[in-house]
Amino acid sequence: MSEKQNDLIYEDTLPGGTHWSMLVRKGTTLRLIDKEGGANVGMLFYNPMNKLERYNAPDTLKCQHTFKLTKGHCLYSDMGHVFCSIIDDSVGWHDTVGGNLSTEKMKKRWADRSYQDAGNDWTLSGEHAFLVELAKYGMNRRDMAANLNLFSQVKTDADGNMQFVENNSKAGDFIDLRFEMDTLVIFHTCPHPMNTAETYPKHPVIYQLRESAPVTEDDECVNHCAENQRGFENNRIYHQCGHHH
Amino acid sequence: MIKESNLNPELASYREEVLAGDYWMHELKAGETLRIVDSHGNQAADTLFYSASDPSERYSAIDTLREQGNVYLTAGTTLLSNLGNPMLEITADTCGRHDTLGGACATESNTVRYSLEKKTMHACRDSWMLAVAENEHFGVSKRDITHNINFFMNVPVTEDGQLTFADGISEAGKYVEMTAKMDVIVLISNCPQLNNPCNAYNPTPVEVVIWS
Repeated sequence: MSEKQNDLIYEDTLPGGTHWSMLVRKGTTLRLIDKEGGANVGMLFYNPMNKLERYNAPDTLKCQHTFKLTKGHCLYSDMGHVFCSIIDDSVGWHDTVGGNLSTEKMKKRWADRSYQDAGNDWTLSGEHAFLVELAKYGMNRRDMAANLNLFSQVKTDADGNMQFVENNSKAGDFIDLRFEMDTLVIFHTCPHPMNTAETYPKHPVIYQLRESAPVTEDDECVNHCAENQRGFENNRIYHQCGHHH
Repeated sequence: MIKESNLNPELASYREEVLAGDYWMHELKAGETLRIVDSHGNQAADTLFYSASDPSERYSAIDTLREQGNVYLTAGTTLLSNLGNPMLEITADTCGRHDTLGGACATESNTVRYSLEKKTMHACRDSWMLAVAENEHFGVSKRDITHNINFFMNVPVTEDGQLTFADGISEAGKYVEMTAKMDVIVLISNCPQLNNPCNAYNPTPVEVVIWS
């Protein structure tokens, strides 16, 4: 990491089972750190200039021929743009197929602790977390899409059976997302819907913002595959032409 | 899972051929059965479902996969909505496996997958855009366009986390059949993709058949 990249712009911690949102500018890197191990970060991306443009998991997986997400991968919008690149990752496998924890499923799986009874120790679903954050920008359920579940792994066997992998992420594990365009980031720390824990798991996540180092000719994400080179070319055209779909 | 149907197309209440590059948007009532026939083989029918009474309730690929615990769709799969409700059940399937992870082609994603110069070639999402523009009474817009089913497409996931695009396992005359559990709007784009070897660069018609 370059000296410049060490300049921390901002740092905060989200307790487990909470949510937040923010505009992350092009040229900024978001580092997420699993503070205690076993964290999950549900995440969605939107273009603040056109909120109909959003993170698209199938397009992301298809163009990079991958089911898992890790270092070298780019996270695409449905309009052929790269929201951000995974420039570093100590975890090795992040999920984007397991989906989001619905309130109904949370009540079936774990105790439903109301705010009245439990205060800040209440249990919140990923569904309510996303709905609250989306509503701040005039969006609702219709704007949702398949989300990222950072720090979580869902693998498949030879017959396609899905399995949640326990202890995928350890204390101190991190992922670096380098934003390649201005992006509205919606995120929560509610549990993965396939988490097998006995009680509603609450794991805090530290998030840090830094100025990105310049993208060099030999950049690992750009050069990961020809598809990513073309994705970056789409971003270049988008920014050069002030081209807003 | 291969499972044949006993339904006779001669007794169907509706039959229509959908040409490659066209869309088909149609209401299916609870209890009605829809068959999609891969008439000429190795075609992809990119399909979305909406609740007819409230289109903000729609087919959810991720909820469907997670709740059945498997990444492929076939006979016995219940197609779930984003609210976790059963929308349709796949009741017969002579193909054996269908994809819902690969998404649909769009002009913009074609630039990434194939070439920037191919951005004006016809794509599934353009068919859906025309469908919602010409059918405003259904109350569906781009906001509601989400992750679809690719009937007849084979997209295997490997144990080490790769997504591969294998040769089709479908062939001429194979079909998939599903019964509606609620009143649904069906939106199909019969895929016009000319860049993908999955259809041998030759998109062909599919047939839709409904039994009331």
